[in-house]
Amino acid sequence: MSTTRAASEVTAEGTPLTAHTERAANKIFFGLSAASASLILVVLAAVATFLLLEAWPALTDSSGDYLDKVAWISPEKGQSLIEIAGYLIFGTVLISTVALLIATPLSIGIALFISHYAPRRLATGLAYMVDLLAAIPSVVYGLWGGMVLVPFLQPFYQWLADWFGWFPLFAPAEDGTVSATGRVALSASIVLAIMVIPIITAVTREVFLQTPKLHEEAALAMGATRWEMVRMAVFPFGRSGIVGATMLGLGRALGETMAVYMILSVGLSYSWSLLNASSHNTIASYIAAQFPEANTQGVSALIALGLALFVITLLVNMLARWIVSRRSEFSGAN
Amino acid sequence: MTKRIDVNNLNVYYSNFLAVEDVSLAIEPKSVTAFIGPSGCGKSTFLRTLNRMHEVIPGARVEGEVLMDGVNLYEAGVDPVAVRRHVGMVFQRPNPFPTMSIAENVLAGVKLNNKRISRADADDLVESSLRGANLWEEVKDRLDKPGSSLSGGQQQRLCIARAIAIKPDILLMDEPCSALDPISTLAIEDLMQELKDEYTIVIVTHNMQQAARVSDRTAFFNIAGTGKPGKLIEMNDTATMFSTPSEKATEDYISGRFG
Ligand SMILES: Nc1ncnc2c1ncn2[C@@H]1O[C@H](COP(=O)(O)OP(=O)(O)O)[C@@H](O)[C@H]1O
Ligand SMILES: [Mg+2]
Repeated sequence: MSTTRAASEVTAEGTPLTAHTERAANKIFFGLSAASASLILVVLAAVATFLLLEAWPALTDSSGDYLDKVAWISPEKGQSLIEIAGYLIFGTVLISTVALLIATPLSIGIALFISHYAPRRLATGLAYMVDLLAAIPSVVYGLWGGMVLVPFLQPFYQWLADWFGWFPLFAPAEDGTVSATGRVALSASIVLAIMVIPIITAVTREVFLQTPKLHEEAALAMGATRWEMVRMAVFPFGRSGIVGATMLGLGRALGETMAVYMILSVGLSYSWSLLNASSHNTIASYIAAQFPEANTQGVSALIALGLALFVITLLVNMLARWIVSRRSEFSGAN
Repeated sequence: MTKRIDVNNLNVYYSNFLAVEDVSLAIEPKSVTAFIGPSGCGKSTFLRTLNRMHEVIPGARVEGEVLMDGVNLYEAGVDPVAVRRHVGMVFQRPNPFPTMSIAENVLAGVKLNNKRISRADADDLVESSLRGANLWEEVKDRLDKPGSSLSGGQQQRLCIARAIAIKPDILLMDEPCSALDPISTLAIEDLMQELKDEYTIVIVTHNMQQAARVSDRTAFFNIAGTGKPGKLIEMNDTATMFSTPSEKATEDYISGRFG
């Protein structure tokens, strides 16, 4: 042991310290993952470039009558693209946010029930059913929402407006009534909520299940009830997972087209009331409705709206990342 | 505050598997009792029945009784949550809550069950608990830093501070030093000597020197083979156990002939 030897001669259980095979495998794996990572960047850049190029005419044409040439604008003649985009962004964000306000607490509750409260067999069955909900196509949600859920909810909307009409989101029309069809923003939000619950539940459930036993036992051992243990160990550990799951859900809600298109009676305004029909629309559903009849300029304008949706989604994701990274010093990761 | 424990004919099961069979023993107040024995003989399992922590594991159950100052912990109507506030626990791996600061960790148990505590009382309690765990001098300038920023030994003492902050009568420690370096281990052993003035301490250790150093009484558990239940072989004053054990198995284990 006292003499020095070349590293390649030193053996540990017969393998030289310079193991060439492992290095090669390492390099291949690194190459593969780097390639996949750059592929994602390329796709992202390609989508962004496409949107920008196609939207360019609509974004840069400052001649006031540009939109008059856009065939599909007819009902909103006289409004500029920016105005329309404003209404649509407002509608999109409003409807999606309300959907998440409904879906997130429910999802966390379901996930927690599955991960920490339900007996094993019930939990497995429930988890499976929630996953099945995610497999239902959005057209089916749209059909079901429009034909079953909306008529069912309509009387409840009137009740909501009668009692909570003072709250801007539930304000009725001037004559005190709400839409008789129920095809209002709140209906769209509720159906969107049902659609995103499976995603949020699945992700948060996984995160909750990964709570270190160590921390759960730490809480229980000092006399925490199960709910206190959840607040002390499970939620703090899963916080960034919950935010991430919510943002995933928001991403789906923002971009959801069919369900909104089939349920919502559309309109353009900055109304906060979720109970009045013909007041809101979302970017995705607007594009879907207008695209078939759009002329060249129309398509360009629609793509500009698509670009706006893209930017909103990007901002939402950046916000999520920022929230997750805040106080990372205290995160469960170390 | 400190209490005695009497265990009578206790069997512990994981579903149908009998893990610990027919244990009867007494744990004296204001003393350190050590449980030793080979790995898998049910020391942790048995320890956890003393504050009903085994109930956290699905399928785990006991037969027999555990009396704390004469009150059976398994009597109908006894709330396990209340039991654990009287019988604190420190685990093998230090487990401060990573999302809480050092001070918040100490207060974590105190704020449970809707208890409120004034700012001044809280500060006092943080200081006295950390002093009690011999950690105050090291952390007094960074009480708002995360508990996970401490070294392993400091984290373990933080866990002890957290456990004594709720003023338990009994403190259970399951191999509290096995993840620590020798210096941190000594710090915790010293701490146990100080803590036994106020608490009844039960420690599981696989380190016989440690049992000899810190404990007043020692219980030796053994297992006949895998799949067989663990049993209490003998229990006596630590000095007697390590000099003249009455059972052959104890002597073999202590002298390192197996296990
Ligand atoms: N959660 C559990 N579920 C089922 N069996 C367990 C569990 N924990 C421990 N056991 C079994 O109980 C016996 C005693 O284990 P344990 O109490 O951890 O021993 P020790 O702490 O003395 O090493 C072992 O046979 C072990 O396999
Ligand atoms: Mg053990």
